[in-house]
Amino acid sequence: MEFNVNSPVLFLIAGIIVAAVLAQSVYFLIKAWRRGLAIGMSKDKLKRVAMTAGVFTVAPAVAIVISVITLAKDLGVPLPWLRLSVVGSLSYETIAASNAESAMGLTFGQVASLNATQYVTIACVMTVSIMVGIWLVPLIGKKLQNGMISMENRDKKWGEIFSASMFIGMISAFLGYVFCDFSNVFHGDMSGLIPVLVMLVSALVMCLAGLLVKKTQWHWVSDYALPISLVAGMASAIPITAWLG
Amino acid sequence: MKKQLSYMDSVHRDGRIWNLSVMVLLILFPISVALIYHTMPDWRGFLMGILATAPMYWAVAVVETVTYVPMLGAGGSYLSFVTGNIANLKLPVALNALEQAEAKISSEEGEIISTIAIAVSSIVTTLIIILGVLLITPLTPVLNAPVLAPAFAQILPALFGGLGVVFISKNWKISVAPVILMLVLFIFVPALNAGTVGIMVPVGVLFTLAVSRILYKKNML
Repeated sequence: MEFNVNSPVLFLIAGIIVAAVLAQSVYFLIKAWRRGLAIGMSKDKLKRVAMTAGVFTVAPAVAIVISVITLAKDLGVPLPWLRLSVVGSLSYETIAASNAESAMGLTFGQVASLNATQYVTIACVMTVSIMVGIWLVPLIGKKLQNGMISMENRDKKWGEIFSASMFIGMISAFLGYVFCDFSNVFHGDMSGLIPVLVMLVSALVMCLAGLLVKKTQWHWVSDYALPISLVAGMASAIPITAWLG
Repeated sequence: MKKQLSYMDSVHRDGRIWNLSVMVLLILFPISVALIYHTMPDWRGFLMGILATAPMYWAVAVVETVTYVPMLGAGGSYLSFVTGNIANLKLPVALNALEQAEAKISSEEGEIISTIAIAVSSIVTTLIIILGVLLITPLTPVLNAPVLAPAFAQILPALFGGLGVVFISKNWKISVAPVILMLVLFIFVPALNAGTVGIMVPVGVLFTLAVSRILYKKNML
């Protein structure tokens, strides 16, 4: 069979694996939903959680589609589709693919057509290098969870502070990242301000949403405040980049 | 008589089965392509590629597992570590859902809320990617349009601006030190950038835990 990075058979294999991952999500959704109802959580509450999560996901998911398009130039569509539906991210896949390609004397982004051997090699590198999380969670996930629960049982207040501290630690790292090009401003390159201003717009929209909820008691606003601030921040990036970029 | 599993135990049992099955399926992708096209990997290229890629990502995966599992809950962890995009999508979705429902991740209610939010997010993401793959020809010029590029380049700042306001305003005492530390590090250490932010997450978490512990012991929280 003649090899082609967009061969229907590759779509079929990738489709089967993506379908299995989709089935896992549906399985856990139904399991959690049933348990929620069984312990007395209202259907409305569960629906709100699902709706908010769904709406929030749209913009980042479109960004993932763009990543598929980016990687498809070298790798065809099925492999990036699979890799970005299962575990992957654009930065990881780009690094893994470009390392595998350069090991075979190719240059990422400039590959006219891959043969089957090169394709299998790249797929192997991308798959093996990202596998740890999938098997490590089954191995130590329960122990980590039980550790958290027993800590909270020993000292409830510290348990709550511990959880909040983990969230804050994660958020502070990403807030720091927003400023990673900020020092360029000292050298006259104002583009380092773009992510900072985008972050501020998003934060401002979130504050306004909070105020709106307080003034009007429209609690549905708070359900959608995060997706609204995300989209407002992203939209603001267009004029801000045109201004400072 | 067979012992009745608790909900949490059954989540761990099912999660293990699902994750290990998906892992096998993933490995089968390159194997089946090799079998269908009667080829083998370029072993030298494979080894060189693995050596250049795997050590860092294996280390990051270990650190991410230890860091993110307590925040995602059991069901959310099994799903997130299969579907990926944890820091930029699954964790914010879970945090937002928990915040809206005023639930703690260590409670059963929090576990359910986190799992539902992450499952819905995974389903929506998968469906949107499928739609994108089906419509890739007409969508490519639209999504690659230069006018939209800045919006998609700034997803993380747009996401963490909103999320930061919510969490920092509620936990400002424990937020001040880690936020200042991360700002200083990211502004003045050139090696810290988009590629290394994942490594800085556990640094931020450990530092915040240390600061919180000190404040807690001094009855300042």
